[in-house]
Amino acid sequence: MSGFLSTLIGPRVPVEELRAHRVRYLTPTLLFMAARVLLLVSIFFPYWHMELEAPQYPDGLYLTAYVNHLTEDVKEIDGLNHYIGMRPLGEAAALERAVAIWAIIAMFLLVEVAAFIHSKWAVLLAIPAITFPIAFLVDLYYWMRTFGLNLDPEAPLSSSVKPFVPAVLGEGGIGQFKTYADLGTGYWLAVGAALLTVVGFYFHRRAYRPLYLRMKQAGAAS
Amino acid sequence: MKTKDHHPRVRTLLTVLATAGAMLACTALEAGAQESRRRRRGTEEAAPVALTPEQVNQLTKIANDRKLNVDDLLASAKTYMPSGRHDDYVLFSSGGQSGQIFAIGVPSMRLLRSIAVFTPESWQGYGFAGDKDPVLESLKINGKPVNWGDTHHPALSETKGDYDGQFLFIGDKANARLGVIDLRDWETKQIVKNPLTISDHGAAFVTPNTDYVIEGGQYATVLGYGYAPPEEYKKMYRGMVTMWKFDRTAGRIDTANSFALELPPYWQDLADAGKLASDGFFFINSFNSEMAVGGIEKGNPPFEAGASKRDMDYLHIIDWKKAESAFKAGKAKKINDFPVLMLDTLVAEGILHFAPEPKSPHGVDVTPNGQYMVVAGKLDPHVTIYSIEKIKSAIASKTHSGTDEYGVPVLDFDAVMEAQVELGLGPLHTQFDDKGYAYTSLFLDSAVARWTLGGEYDKLNAEQPWKLVQKTPVQYNIGHLCAAEGDTVSPDGNYLISMSKWSVDRFLPTGPLLPQNFQLLDIVQPGTVMPVIYDSPIGVGEPHYCQMIKADKLQTWKVYPEIGWDAHKQRISPDAPKKGDEGVTREGNKVLVKMTAVRSHFFPEHVEVNEGDVVTWRIVAAETAQDATHGFCIGGYNVNLSLEPGEYTEFTFVADHAGTYPFYCTEFCSALHLEMMGYLHVKPKAGAAAPAPEATTETASKK
Repeated sequence: MSGFLSTLIGPRVPVEELRAHRVRYLTPTLLFMAARVLLLVSIFFPYWHMELEAPQYPDGLYLTAYVNHLTEDVKEIDGLNHYIGMRPLGEAAALERAVAIWAIIAMFLLVEVAAFIHSKWAVLLAIPAITFPIAFLVDLYYWMRTFGLNLDPEAPLSSSVKPFVPAVLGEGGIGQFKTYADLGTGYWLAVGAALLTVVGFYFHRRAYRPLYLRMKQAGAAS
Repeated sequence: MKTKDHHPRVRTLLTVLATAGAMLACTALEAGAQESRRRRRGTEEAAPVALTPEQVNQLTKIANDRKLNVDDLLASAKTYMPSGRHDDYVLFSSGGQSGQIFAIGVPSMRLLRSIAVFTPESWQGYGFAGDKDPVLESLKINGKPVNWGDTHHPALSETKGDYDGQFLFIGDKANARLGVIDLRDWETKQIVKNPLTISDHGAAFVTPNTDYVIEGGQYATVLGYGYAPPEEYKKMYRGMVTMWKFDRTAGRIDTANSFALELPPYWQDLADAGKLASDGFFFINSFNSEMAVGGIEKGNPPFEAGASKRDMDYLHIIDWKKAESAFKAGKAKKINDFPVLMLDTLVAEGILHFAPEPKSPHGVDVTPNGQYMVVAGKLDPHVTIYSIEKIKSAIASKTHSGTDEYGVPVLDFDAVMEAQVELGLGPLHTQFDDKGYAYTSLFLDSAVARWTLGGEYDKLNAEQPWKLVQKTPVQYNIGHLCAAEGDTVSPDGNYLISMSKWSVDRFLPTGPLLPQNFQLLDIVQPGTVMPVIYDSPIGVGEPHYCQMIKADKLQTWKVYPEIGWDAHKQRISPDAPKKGDEGVTREGNKVLVKMTAVRSHFFPEHVEVNEGDVVTWRIVAAETAQDATHGFCIGGYNVNLSLEPGEYTEFTFVADHAGTYPFYCTEFCSALHLEMMGYLHVKPKAGAAAPAPEATTETASKK
């Protein structure tokens, strides 16, 4: 093994060492695995919900975002939004939704690879998974803001409804509608994945850093 | 140096297992989350009431100010529906001469909606779709528009003798037609004209699994719309009953597999299908077995006297399973191209028997267990109860008291009669409950009689069998009555409607024409307690019969299943314009308009045609929200549509008047409803610059 490569992927664990300290080395591996599972499962669950309340909709209107699609009353909400000149929701974050599944699979694989890398560089591979929940929210806010602030000035109600930034989380309102937005199961799974990854790295460092330092010392000595 | 974390297969297996576990856990979690999210706006359950002395004072003051007694307070508490609370039952009532059906909530007695059947009705856009409206076409008789009906008897479809909430049938007495209504969208799907007779009465009644819809006739004529003078009454005039085969999958009457039975020229009246013990039979009353031909103008006794002379008429007992076999065996003859089993066949095959019944009776009603047939006397103060066991054995042993003039065997009255109960004057119709009581309307007494059934019903109440228990006065001249699911195999015993024909002084006067009075009776308590708890004026027609179904049996659509729905065919239409596909195209003088309607605009908004063009207009309501209905009218061209969410309609008309015609949405749909309009421009012929080039296409500009 070349010196550069071994610096990059870190030292391998001798079998005797592994047998002697099984828990120490298994912990980060299992944590990463759990993180990957949560991330994968999150694809199938909603990341974000919005409920819209108005007198003439006694059952409410609902909007649910998965990483790759929007469901529930999208058509009706689009229909209402045209009055204020908001673009159809299907036009928002089209690229993000198109690549979301592949991106999550990529993050899944990167964390998988990270588990094999026993140097500090492993963190680099896990950065997407760790920052993903924040990136999701930032992106959501960006699109809500963009849509809310860029209303068609020719729309029927453009004289009475001014551009606004919809509430991405919590309570908001527009016209006779009250909106409540919150995060869904999928999002919390992604957060769980990020946290598990971070915790995994704590144990990763505790397990492999001594080995890594020993390898470095050995390298320096030889 | 051996370096291996652990076995890769174990790792994969662990990952898969963990994923499956997490999926399951999260699915459960998600279901809970969804429910709690949706439940945030659920209807609030009322807390148990405990009146404070202050509230009792308030209530007492209101009662005294409004001159209400304690019974009135109790009645209002039994019928009042707080806003948003749904009724327990839906009453489907005939709408009489309005040609409609009324749907009314029980116990609130609020009118929910009308359903147009035999009469064009503009709100529902029923009969206002252009020049060749399919509704108007289906209402034509002998090429003549007959745009009204006298709806008499609704019949809900049944499975094993119980309402299944899928379909509704109704007869038009004036014109001998049947309407078929689909209870998913509460709209009329089919009108069937009887090919034998112009008018009828005994429609509609269904067999226990809705294999057949029974349409009994009434005034005898020459079958097949024929002619004969009254002198040839006995020879040429005939009664009939038609067995309409119902195809449940298609949701339509299958006319090709339907047939009729020729009957003597007595005036057949109401019918009821046997069930359980009497399954396979149906029963029809008759009057004018005297075969009076009237002629008051010639000094003859009028019909009213001539048809009421004899003490007995004939209960018709029809073995319809045998009739079906005879029809399938090809024993029917064609009259007006419709298969009819003739009287001689009915006698030879043992399909038709008579039993004497007193006297010009009106209703024959089968008890829930199918054991007894209750015949109400009309001109006799009794109800006469027949036993199916006795009828069957009398048929088997040929216990006849003779035959009628047409050779039909008449069963011996004493051999088939089970009991007679004297109720009062003018008994007409009977319904049932779950406590062994029967309820009979008394027209002349203006009362509802509660009386006890015998046999297996005897143990269900404290009273002796076959006895009158209570008579509650109703206001006034009750015709039919209807208890909750009271003509099925399992009546609920909950509410009873008295369909009172005269209201006289019950409501504010409305000119010389007064509403009918639907009165709600509480029949939950046994014995003599049976109060009237609500009066409801029906000012749209004179209803006859109604049926009351538990509301939760109805599987009503909230909106049409998909955008572009053809409500007539109950499927999505390939012709329905899609968004982005709208426009106006022309071929010669034929113009095709493809239009969508969505809050709050039509697309396109301008439609230009030339005077004389034949315009086919396809329009779809691209809506999915409940109650987001649009109307569409073209003033001056007699067009008005009801475009319920998802609904697609096509209509055609000749643009034979030049001018500028605004079209607009006629159902208030949104804040910008008034702006939901457009113009139909019909360019005058003389003004047309050049003859229209052939097969050119002009498409409205699209975004």
